Amino acid sequence: MKLVTAIIKPFKLDEVREALSGIGVQGITVTEVKGFGRQKGHTELYRGAEYVVDFLPKVKIEAAIDSALLDRVIEAIEGAARTGKIGDGKIFVYDIEQVVRIRTGETGKEAL
Amino acid sequence: MKKLLLSLALGLGLLTAGSFALAQTEAPTASASEAQAAAPAAATVAAEAAAPAAAAPAAVPNKGDIAWMMVCALLVILMAVPGLALFYGGLVRSKNMLSVLMQVMVTFSLIVVLWFIYGYSLAFTEGGAFFGGWDRLFMRGVWDNAAGTFANAATFSKDVVIPEIVFAAFQATFAGITCALIVGSFAERIKFSAMLAFMVLWFTFSYAPIAHMVWFWMGPDAYTGKEVVDAMNAKAGYLWQSGALDFAGGTVVHINAAVAGLVGAYMVGKRIGYGKESMAPHSLTLTMVGASLLWVGWFGFNAGSALEANGFAALAFINTFGAAAAAVLAWCVGETLMRGKASMLGAASGAVAGLVAITPACGNVGIGGALIIGLLSGFAGLWGVNGLKKLLGADDTLDVFGVHGVCGILGAILTGVFNSPALGGPGYVTDWTTVTMVTAADYSIAAQVWTQTKAVLITVLWSGVVSIVAFKLVDMVIGLRVSEEDEREGLDISAHGETAYNR
Repeated sequence: MKLVTAIIKPFKLDEVREALSGIGVQGITVTEVKGFGRQKGHTELYRGAEYVVDFLPKVKIEAAIDSALLDRVIEAIEGAARTGKIGDGKIFVYDIEQVVRIRTGETGKEAL
Repeated sequence: MKKLLLSLALGLGLLTAGSFALAQTEAPTASASEAQAAAPAAATVAAEAAAPAAAAPAAVPNKGDIAWMMVCALLVILMAVPGLALFYGGLVRSKNMLSVLMQVMVTFSLIVVLWFIYGYSLAFTEGGAFFGGWDRLFMRGVWDNAAGTFANAATFSKDVVIPEIVFAAFQATFAGITCALIVGSFAERIKFSAMLAFMVLWFTFSYAPIAHMVWFWMGPDAYTGKEVVDAMNAKAGYLWQSGALDFAGGTVVHINAAVAGLVGAYMVGKRIGYGKESMAPHSLTLTMVGASLLWVGWFGFNAGSALEANGFAALAFINTFGAAAAAVLAWCVGETLMRGKASMLGAASGAVAGLVAITPACGNVGIGGALIIGLLSGFAGLWGVNGLKKLLGADDTLDVFGVHGVCGILGAILTGVFNSPALGGPGYVTDWTTVTMVTAADYSIAAQVWTQTKAVLITVLWSGVVSIVAFKLVDMVIGLRVSEEDEREGLDISAHGETAYNR
């Protein structure tokens, strides 16, 4: 089992969600986050005061999936979230040791 | 300290209530004698309006004028709360939102109460050239509760009067919003109690006397013949006598408040983290709402200053409209040239800059003059919040001096230029006995500009000195600033125990 974490542009969230449902991913968790990468920030000017905004808003999505699905999931996220411009985000993949569905007590792949 | 304040407030409340009761019972005798006897002792504007009654039938207020002036007073209230409060509130960080709303609302309320107790009397009754008298203490004599009759106040036309109560209420809103304007300079760090104490002192020793100096005169009906002209002129306020033109309060309201604000910004000191941490406005949406309410309310402020619903009110109305719009465009153009983008905050600030600049000029210039004043004020305000702000080095939180000070001074001085009949202005009255206007040939722009400049300098100096003394006093007795910990936490929680945006 794998946990796929992707940081994407906020306005790409819907497309990514659709792409993931399309290949059978059962659920994702979404968090609004801020960060910086190569895109860097921007400056804001309020009357005479200039502020450099270093952290840009992004969306973090997490999906726990069967290892067999991994390549297709990465492909789906890449395809849906890409604009080709700097700041499109990154995908991280981790191994999952255990998964438990709280309602039924099922564990492992059954619980995904 | 808290107990002392509480008992003081309670004492003041009781005193006020008692004295109002007193004023009620005294009123019949006082105003009856004033209204009927036309006695030489009858000193107020109202009494003066009634004075020629011996010769001609007393003027009766026009219902249209009364209705118009009451609407104007309401419009100025709309400017202060919610207009100014939201304009300022949106510009601070969210942790200080409520403190700014509170400071504006409570300052406005405090000053209105003081106005009815003694402020109105101090500003708009006969006294010296600098301060008024005590004839209208506790609004004594503005109406006769037994007879149901009302004293009248003069306007700018002969034989046209409005009830003095309406005049006093209209002017109360001016006093309130002027003091509330100052809040923007030391927002996000001042102690609430210190701010209120300062407002009481500054209102008493700067607002009331400047209003008296600029606006108090005996009214057109007092000028019954050549022989009384000098005597009547001598009774007017110092700057009125000098010929300074200020239709709706460039000196009294904007320059006065802006100087107090600048002094406050210096004396209260910079905010912690100023220039290092981000202090970006938390809601420009609310600032836009506030600026728009200010714009709408300003029609009451400026056109209402004609004191009657006539052509000059209409002139002030259209000039207010044009100047604000021109200033919005000018600020946006200036910003685009400076940094390539026009901002929403710039447009909103431009509107306020234009409104400030046209305030002294609104009924004193032509429509073209108003557009030029508006355009210039847009650029001037932009300089005020950029170049000048860096030059001054004070943390004037919401640019009270940069916008109200700079554009107020610009407007006051340009009034002397565009008032000229040769430049489409109406000129000014040279003889109130016959209401003769100055001719284009006799109008000297240089002389009027110098008169205007003197009025500006006197206001700057007067307000500056009063502010320094008042802040110093308050600092010694209460202390001006909140603690560093309270400032970092935000004044909403530390001073008022609540949060603006709960989730």
